[in-house]
Amino acid sequence: MGGSPNQPSPTPSAANVSIKPDTLFSGFSLKNLKLKTKQQELLIRVSILCLVYVLAFITRLFSVLRYESMIHEFDPYFNYRTTLFLTEKGFYEFWNWFDSESWYPLGRIIGGTLYPGLMVTASLIYWTLRFLRFAVHIREVCVLTAPFFASNTTIVAYFFGKEIWDSGAGLVAAALIAICPGYISRSVAGSYDNEGVAIFALLLTFYLFVKAVKTGSLSWGLASALGYFYMVSAWGGYVFIINLIPLYVLVLLITGRYSMRLYVAYNSMYVLGSLLAMQIQFVGFQHVQSGEHMAAMGVFFLMQVFYFLGWVKHLLSDSKLFQVFLRFTVTCSIGLGALALVGGMASGYISPWTGRFYSLLDPTYAKDFIPIIASVSEHQPTAWSSFMFDFHILLILFPAGLYFCFKKLSDTTIFIVMYGLTSMYFASVMVRLILVATPAVCLISAVAVSATIKNLTLLIRTKSKTQQTGSSKATGSTKASSKTSLDQSPPFGRNVAAALLLGAFYLLSKYVTHCTWVTSEAYSSPSIVLAARGAHGGRVIFDDYREAYFWLRQNTPPDAKVMSWWDYGYQITAMGNRTVIVDNNTWNNTHIATVGRAMSSYEDEAYEIMRSLDVDYVLVVFGGVTGYSSDDINKFLWMVRIGGGVFPVIKEPDYLVNGEYRVDKGAAPKMLNCLMYKLSYYRFGELTTEYGKPPGYDRARGVEIGNKDVKLEHLEEAFTTSNWIVRIYKVKPPSNRL
Amino acid sequence: MAKSTTTTTSTTAKDVQALFQTLRSSYAATPTNLKIIDLYVVFAIFTALIQVVYMAFVGSFPFNSFLSGVLSCVGTAVLAVCLRIQVNKENKEFKDLAPERAFADFVLCNLVLHLVIMNFLG
Repeated sequence: MGGSPNQPSPTPSAANVSIKPDTLFSGFSLKNLKLKTKQQELLIRVSILCLVYVLAFITRLFSVLRYESMIHEFDPYFNYRTTLFLTEKGFYEFWNWFDSESWYPLGRIIGGTLYPGLMVTASLIYWTLRFLRFAVHIREVCVLTAPFFASNTTIVAYFFGKEIWDSGAGLVAAALIAICPGYISRSVAGSYDNEGVAIFALLLTFYLFVKAVKTGSLSWGLASALGYFYMVSAWGGYVFIINLIPLYVLVLLITGRYSMRLYVAYNSMYVLGSLLAMQIQFVGFQHVQSGEHMAAMGVFFLMQVFYFLGWVKHLLSDSKLFQVFLRFTVTCSIGLGALALVGGMASGYISPWTGRFYSLLDPTYAKDFIPIIASVSEHQPTAWSSFMFDFHILLILFPAGLYFCFKKLSDTTIFIVMYGLTSMYFASVMVRLILVATPAVCLISAVAVSATIKNLTLLIRTKSKTQQTGSSKATGSTKASSKTSLDQSPPFGRNVAAALLLGAFYLLSKYVTHCTWVTSEAYSSPSIVLAARGAHGGRVIFDDYREAYFWLRQNTPPDAKVMSWWDYGYQITAMGNRTVIVDNNTWNNTHIATVGRAMSSYEDEAYEIMRSLDVDYVLVVFGGVTGYSSDDINKFLWMVRIGGGVFPVIKEPDYLVNGEYRVDKGAAPKMLNCLMYKLSYYRFGELTTEYGKPPGYDRARGVEIGNKDVKLEHLEEAFTTSNWIVRIYKVKPPSNRL
Repeated sequence: MAKSTTTTTSTTAKDVQALFQTLRSSYAATPTNLKIIDLYVVFAIFTALIQVVYMAFVGSFPFNSFLSGVLSCVGTAVLAVCLRIQVNKENKEFKDLAPERAFADFVLCNLVLHLVIMNFLG
């Protein structure tokens, strides 16, 4: 925007709201150093960016302060384990790693079935620090990788915002995204997951692509291809990029905004990007074989046809001849394209869309056909409250920002509008995809905030300076802001504008408090260590998981095989260092269904299955004593569903009474005697959990259990943690034949 | 669409002839450097086509080799077309871009392309 050097203060002040100390800092430096306006602005901008950079990092450190520097959740443990392997054994070993500790007896080819971007990034940081003689442990690097990349994202957001609107909007976008809960939920210190790095890569790719479209330069196209390569190496969400960008190109073609710059940007990005993506083993040939990537290829060919037609049209001055030519080529190309697609689909060369992709387009698909996808809580459709929780005022600012974007329609704003709208749709289909929508929402909201505040401050300034300075530009932009069209009433105009400005600042400060509160209360718990309020208001820490895994590591033979539901597989291999039957990489549905079947069968049937899988120990998670609700009994119906999906002997109605799931006296007989029930409630009938309640009172479900006298025949209790959250059983060897 | 094609069938042959004549005459006016690039593009596309035909006969067994061969040609062609767009004086969008800069970008992209191809060739 051309006007920014003339009025330096209004735009940065928008960002100042969220970072209070900055006003002091910049005021201090401005007085001491006699700088020109332009330099002052640069100084303020750089210092704000630096502060936002630091802020984005430190706001994610709540979890380290509250608990300790540790890895959170489930998937990060796998990432941690692989990173450890990579730093110890080197890259080639890592690439060719066959892991025999998971998916027993099948094993897993790690190098070919994972996105290595995160591990390689963390290892590079680790090696760099080592090279600089900082003796850090790899765990600290892993814990702090996500916050570090969140900080980098703010910088990209600044440049992106600058590209969309102006540098003021860029600063606001950086400040908004630094503390937005939707992003923090996946990038707190310790959540060492692909998304932490991938969102940075995603935004970087989009920024570079937008830049390439704007300049039409091959080197920006190359840069966006490299960004895309990084994204592909980091997260499966790259499919979003490879579908959004062709869609964007298609929209530009349809709206008649096709340009040579677009041709250069898209084609260089597509050819180089897809070729680079094929270097990742896990992605392999998907760019030319899977249905999800065909849109990009189709648009690629379409661009060639479009360019060729344009070229021929340029050569032919006679329009009638061109009509003939057009008709000929269009029929030919459409026919050929359709033929190739149908042929590819029919011959099985192009694989159909995967289940996850289907469930995105049709939210009810997974529930009906793929229980393993539907069973994951983060794949559920999003509730309204979580939108409010994750976006707060951005949810209201988003439509306003869309309005501003539509007002100043350009190639760049069209891109951000499309990114915002599509990702909003995906965010409402799956909870975890709120993360993808967050950068777009922040950027578009930043446009709204920046434009509104700029207009308001301009209004105040023009009135005070007797409407002389830059009157044409100022009135032009104030008229443009239909929200604040207060020109008609000069006496109140300024006051109303000031009031609105105060209101905006109030809202923004509310956003800051909300974000800080959400981060500290909701998103900073590691979920491997549970915290609760005790009877006297003190904090009680349940460290049962680590206790159990430590026990496994110390007390079981090194080659012992542990069976548990797949949720805990990664943690058992990473922390317990023992072989597991199934884990969170749900690549083999049948294997998981076998475990589900074992858990939902009677003990003697389950024993056969466990013998066939060489199981030595069984691990269950039980929350009846502590009231921890996400335990195996609450997940049990999913085990039944997944088991029943492969083995029809397991039927869901057997475990329900009149369609109701219960564990008390009225429970179904099969439920009361299945392995999972027995392992969870073994000797639980002897325990009084709450004063005034009978023994065997399950605090997680608030009922007295139905089968208090659990007898185990083929298993024996090996270890139960101090709060009974994890219970480990040993599978007895078969008794002697008589 | 189908109706219109049937009505124009009789005149199609004449049209096509006239079309090619006009094309040839107007293409003659293209600057030489662009013609060289065009030749390069045509050559690359031709090489890609040969590989596809060869694949159709022999089979695509080392699929990565086939892909890298074809993509090398397609990539070269596309990048050359991009270069052609950028150095074409008639494109007003690229007035600011010096031909030297365009060529440097082109070389850089080709370098990356062929380094990756070499890695992928197997």
